[in-house]
Amino acid sequence: METKKKYINLDIKSFGMIAALIIIFIIFYVMTKGSNATPTNINNLIMQNGYIIILATGMLLCVLTGYIDLGVGSVVALGAACAAKLVVEQGWAVPLAWLVAVAIGLAIGIFAGFFIAYLDIPPFVVTLATMLMGRGLTYTLLKSLTVGPLPADYSFIGVGFLPTIKVPFGGGQIDLVCVIVAAVVSVGLIFSEMKTIRTNNKYGFANLVPWQMVIKDVVILVIVWFFFTRLGMYNGIPIQLLVLAVIVGIYHFITSKTVAGRQIYAMGGNAKAASLSGVNTRKVFFWVYVNMGVLASIAGIVLSARQGGANPKMGDGVEMDAIASCYIGGAAASGGVGTIIGAVVGALVMGVLNNGMSMCGMSTDLQKVVKGAVLLGAVVLDVSTKKKKG
Amino acid sequence: MSEIILEMKHITKAFSGVKALDDVNFQVEKGEIHALCGENGAGKSTLMNVLSGVYPHGTYEGDIIYKGETCKFHRIKDSESKGIVIIHQELALSPYLSIAENVFMGNEQLSMRGVIDWTKTRERAKEALAHVGLQNENLNAPVNTLGVGKQQLIEIAKAMAKNVELLILDEPTAALNDEESAQLLEIMLELKKAGVTCIIISHKLNEISYVADSITILRDGKTIETLRKGVDEWSEDRIIKGMVGREMNNRYPVRDNCPIGDVVMEVKNWNAYHPEISDKQILKDINIKVRAGEVVGLAGLMGAGRTEFAMSLFGHSYGQKISGEVYMHGKKVSTKTVKDAIDNKIAYTSEDRKTYGLVLMNDIKTNMTMAALRAYYANGQIVNERKENLDAEEYKEKINVKATSIHQTVGSLSGGNQQKVVLAKWMMTHPDVLILDEPTRGIDVGAKYEIYCAINDMAREGKAIIVISSEMQEIIGTCDRAYVINEGRIAGELGREELSQENIMKCIMASNGKGEE
Repeated sequence: METKKKYINLDIKSFGMIAALIIIFIIFYVMTKGSNATPTNINNLIMQNGYIIILATGMLLCVLTGYIDLGVGSVVALGAACAAKLVVEQGWAVPLAWLVAVAIGLAIGIFAGFFIAYLDIPPFVVTLATMLMGRGLTYTLLKSLTVGPLPADYSFIGVGFLPTIKVPFGGGQIDLVCVIVAAVVSVGLIFSEMKTIRTNNKYGFANLVPWQMVIKDVVILVIVWFFFTRLGMYNGIPIQLLVLAVIVGIYHFITSKTVAGRQIYAMGGNAKAASLSGVNTRKVFFWVYVNMGVLASIAGIVLSARQGGANPKMGDGVEMDAIASCYIGGAAASGGVGTIIGAVVGALVMGVLNNGMSMCGMSTDLQKVVKGAVLLGAVVLDVSTKKKKG
Repeated sequence: MSEIILEMKHITKAFSGVKALDDVNFQVEKGEIHALCGENGAGKSTLMNVLSGVYPHGTYEGDIIYKGETCKFHRIKDSESKGIVIIHQELALSPYLSIAENVFMGNEQLSMRGVIDWTKTRERAKEALAHVGLQNENLNAPVNTLGVGKQQLIEIAKAMAKNVELLILDEPTAALNDEESAQLLEIMLELKKAGVTCIIISHKLNEISYVADSITILRDGKTIETLRKGVDEWSEDRIIKGMVGREMNNRYPVRDNCPIGDVVMEVKNWNAYHPEISDKQILKDINIKVRAGEVVGLAGLMGAGRTEFAMSLFGHSYGQKISGEVYMHGKKVSTKTVKDAIDNKIAYTSEDRKTYGLVLMNDIKTNMTMAALRAYYANGQIVNERKENLDAEEYKEKINVKATSIHQTVGSLSGGNQQKVVLAKWMMTHPDVLILDEPTRGIDVGAKYEIYCAINDMAREGKAIIVISSEMQEIIGTCDRAYVINEGRIAGELGREELSQENIMKCIMASNGKGEE
């Protein structure tokens, strides 16, 4: 056996988008003279983009199979409309209303999944249909009117915060809970890195080049501390962040560590080969779309909670934001390539762009142009670096 | 003697520092059929890509002298305008377009102002097709209604329509059966008579020694030698010696210490129908059995139903209205889904590794564990990545996959190494029966030998192995026993001693047309 230590380089691609996110943030920091980094704005970034991140997580699975789901915007609206109507007009208990919303998402997911997986109808067609049908049902249900305002026990999931322990800090106050969370994350990160190195050494697997690992971890820690101290200086940890952390955590785990995740990647990469390796590709297809429906309804709940009501136009076009997030985050349009973290970073890139441009006073019309250019640029960069490699 | 049409001098081409071609010299005489031989990765395709302008002038060193002038091709169009046409292994036909449209794809016959002149197109298509003996085909039929053999001929017609003078064929017979191959070789000889110079890249040495006038052998990016028919020693063994750099006395390793045991799998009365045409019976009453430690061949012509049998058996992946019984170790089992088949210890490696065997964008490790993941590399749903890495390393060493690490993407490997990954993938499911469909298609002599060794090792471990191959030599060289399949039924069973090319053909001939009544 060789005793020579093996090292591998950091995968530039997976951290390229994080670098881009930081650069975009810094550009707007300069342009807005620092006002995009205020505690209020950092908090807003999460609150405004939470539902997009939830959608992007689900959408990534669809993108991994090589297709997209166009219907999510309508599911967001229909789920939210039902929940809001039940709570406001029928006086239902909030959890029960939410359950109905999720059930609607589930039903639409099963509907789409059935046509896609078992009748071999192209996902583009099926989800275009669910998009139209869902939107139409929402207008019918709401009679084209807005429902609201929503009670506090509904809206807390969109605008609420975890309890805080405020202590004086600098000129103002900071929430100790945020500091503790940041500390726990830091310690956890260092421990997990050490554990990885130990396992790698034990089994002779290659480690990351040390200086690259240090840079990677320092960057992550700086982001974590910056983020949580800003939140602490505002009002503590938003409930939305908690929801996001749970969802992103679960899906990151599913895609990277489970058989189901591996099957999605295998199928997206080569459906025929996956099928001949014992992957039930129909089942995978079905569940990916069912899952998307459920996540879209959860996104709808969060969005309506934040807006304090539901209206028939809500969530219009968000499917495109979710799809764009995946592509910006490095997912391949042909399927088989992409990560949850990438999709989340992609969503944040879009969020930071939106937020920064609004603060600079740019019109929403022009914002769309910039977003389109960024999407195209990110994918061009991705494709051209891949070409160079092989 | 005759004039030199093409000379490539001191060609050196490097990919990110690694030399794929190292000072290669290559000469082709006008009007000859010149074969280019070498193992996979020897640089044959790279050399042809340099010639045709796929790698533009300036990305390589050296000179190309064609018909006496030094050429600098910047794109394929440049070389085509000089009459050099390359036909790649993967056919460049558009399946739903008609034969005539395909013949002139990229070379449309126009009347004024860029409008297609259909009369001219048909007329000239007919002329071009006459060169390859397809003038009687329906010009308006979509090409996907033709078999692969005819599609290959359409490619040649397409080249003829471009007024080709130097035709390059990269593995033209890889996907063809013996009969179609023979037909293609005859057409090459016809073209030679018509004055077309041909360069052919092929692994099928019997074809090369039949058709070629001279052979240039490449090894590790260097020209080793050029052999001329009638001048140098001219035999398959001689060519192999040049390719591998040593004598290969036995292309098929001997399988000793391999006792044959009890019947492991038995298939009874297997029937299946065409997946789209429900009254067309593809497989008729097939009965076979394989024993532990035994290598059984399924011989037959392409389209005889061997792959269809294997795939319908393996999780009903082909056909409909499938009936019949499968017994493993004497116990009846179901193979209705691929998962059932895997759980019952059956493995199947497809003849088309890129389409059905591998996820090319994924790494070696992920591909290797793909089929065994649930059974051996997961606790419930959670993947045990450490065990995956360890076993992938082990198998990589065991069957000698040449790669920098198990994390290299499979798409970047050569055909032989990809095939080894497919083999490892199924070895990792610990099967009792392995069905290997064309396990050495399109791979070089050295890798073939390694695959045969792996087959022998598995047989020694007591596994039952079924080899499907269109190369009769391979069946004869590797199998203890063989079933001949023709027109979807068993046309005969041949033991070790009776196993010969003549006997296989006899079985096929005797059964031809029998299944019609």
